[in-house]
Amino acid sequence: MQEIRFVCGSGGLGGGKVVAKALDEAMALKPHFIACDAGTTDSGPFSLGSGRSNYPREAVKRDLEIILAAARRAGIPVLIGSSGTAGIDAQVDWVVDIANEIATEHQFKVKTAAIHSEQSPEYLKGLLRESRIKPLDPAPYLDEALLDRTSHVVGMMGVEPLQRALAQGAELVVAGRCSDSALFAAMPIMKGFPEGLAWHAGKVMECGTQVCESAGRGVIYAKLTHEDLVIRPYGEGLKCTPQSVAAHSFYENGDPHLHVESSGTLDLTNSTYEAVDEYSVRIRNSGFKHSENYTVKLEGAEKVGYQSVVIGGIRDPYFIRNYDTWIEDVRKKTTTSVSEILKLAETDYRLDFHAYGLNAVMGKLETETRTPHEIGIVLNVTASTQDLATKIAEISRQPLLHTPIPEWSGSITSIAFLHNPVPLDRGAVYRFCLNHVAVPRTQEEMFRTRVLEIG
Amino acid sequence: MTQLAELATLIRSKNAGPFVLTFDILFKDEKKYRRVKDSGVLTRELFAGLYKCPVEVVRFFECDNALGFKYSIPRPAFQGEVGDPDLHGGQQNAPLMAVEIP
Repeated sequence: MQEIRFVCGSGGLGGGKVVAKALDEAMALKPHFIACDAGTTDSGPFSLGSGRSNYPREAVKRDLEIILAAARRAGIPVLIGSSGTAGIDAQVDWVVDIANEIATEHQFKVKTAAIHSEQSPEYLKGLLRESRIKPLDPAPYLDEALLDRTSHVVGMMGVEPLQRALAQGAELVVAGRCSDSALFAAMPIMKGFPEGLAWHAGKVMECGTQVCESAGRGVIYAKLTHEDLVIRPYGEGLKCTPQSVAAHSFYENGDPHLHVESSGTLDLTNSTYEAVDEYSVRIRNSGFKHSENYTVKLEGAEKVGYQSVVIGGIRDPYFIRNYDTWIEDVRKKTTTSVSEILKLAETDYRLDFHAYGLNAVMGKLETETRTPHEIGIVLNVTASTQDLATKIAEISRQPLLHTPIPEWSGSITSIAFLHNPVPLDRGAVYRFCLNHVAVPRTQEEMFRTRVLEIG
Repeated sequence: MTQLAELATLIRSKNAGPFVLTFDILFKDEKKYRRVKDSGVLTRELFAGLYKCPVEVVRFFECDNALGFKYSIPRPAFQGEVGDPDLHGGQQNAPLMAVEIP
């Protein structure tokens, strides 16, 4: 095989950026597969903790339908990774179910591999006891009790489980948590193409059109040979330049040169980028160094409690200039009332006041010292149950509304609330509780593949 | 003296995973990139001062082929932790914008 061609259908399945016309243009170049990342941790721990997808079912179906229909017409496989946002088992099954609905409606049969990547606390405890879980930097404290508290833990797969699915003849791979780049690197590496360029292809393609000079709606096409990789976008107004492609290795990466994957490290230190034409860029000299140990990155979320939110604003300049002491008074009055009414100590719950207009976004890193004319206050109440969080938020209403300042005498209303009722219930909130890698006993043991026919 | 924001085409902050915050300073014009690089103003010490963190935790990269500089630090609060004010880490770039370049 002299060259392999492939397409990134979207930087995020369900984001609505797949364009059928742009995909058709790329399909005319006869790609060997289409891949599409469907998840991220960038949206926060909620999806991993709760199981809810970032996108509505209709949005995922809309994008997947365009991609799957094009791939079936061409007879090439589709790889979907980090299905349903976090890639937990239930989200993989959810995407398989959506695919089944599409296949049934289009009356085609699709050999589908569902790859589960969720890890049970019992399995992880076994690894922990054998010192097979290593912290990355920085990492939260990990012990067996934490593993018992997690809502879900997933292992991030590399190319190997995808390659096993492709080797079994899968026409659709619906993977759990997966390295975004691995979706693109899996088949080229299987076919003997250079690993550095194959992984680099994944790195620059996985975010879809973000690799372009200006991102937009469209698809990314790549042609990989044994010497070089050429990528170009299809979609209105889209173009890649050597600088836009080189700079994409910066995006959401702590290190722009080295990217750690399960089986080794992609090294872009010596990569070169040159313009082929107005739209396309050629990449050469990307390296890949295999690691001694096969590692699987772990992601976990645990429930930290329930929240209720209070939103309001202050505009009176006397309140604004007294903000720090005034809000401290509000806090004290609230905690006193909570202690009297609910018999809770201050350590049983949290009050986080965010002062928009003052320093809500940067906190103690804020360098601006000007006095604002208006402050937006968001109070997050976090407690062990929704009932308690709501009650504490209800109790905070009076202190927020009627805490005086020295400048004014008489009864004063100190905040403009936005809502009635004042508190908004947010439900359960989660935190990321793992930044670790597992060193499994075998490469296969963390990923379970089920092959089925859909449609 | 010119402010960094007037020379760069993009100064951004962003999560690099839930535990790392990363800052990119990107240029389209090689001359402007060189001017900033040759000025020697961008250092780990400068960043540690702006972001009130120990200099040992600051990683700094100069990337000639991308015409860009990158800083990375451990996230001040893990992403989405109760109290974390910036879920995507995308609005922490302002202090870098005002850095003066000779």
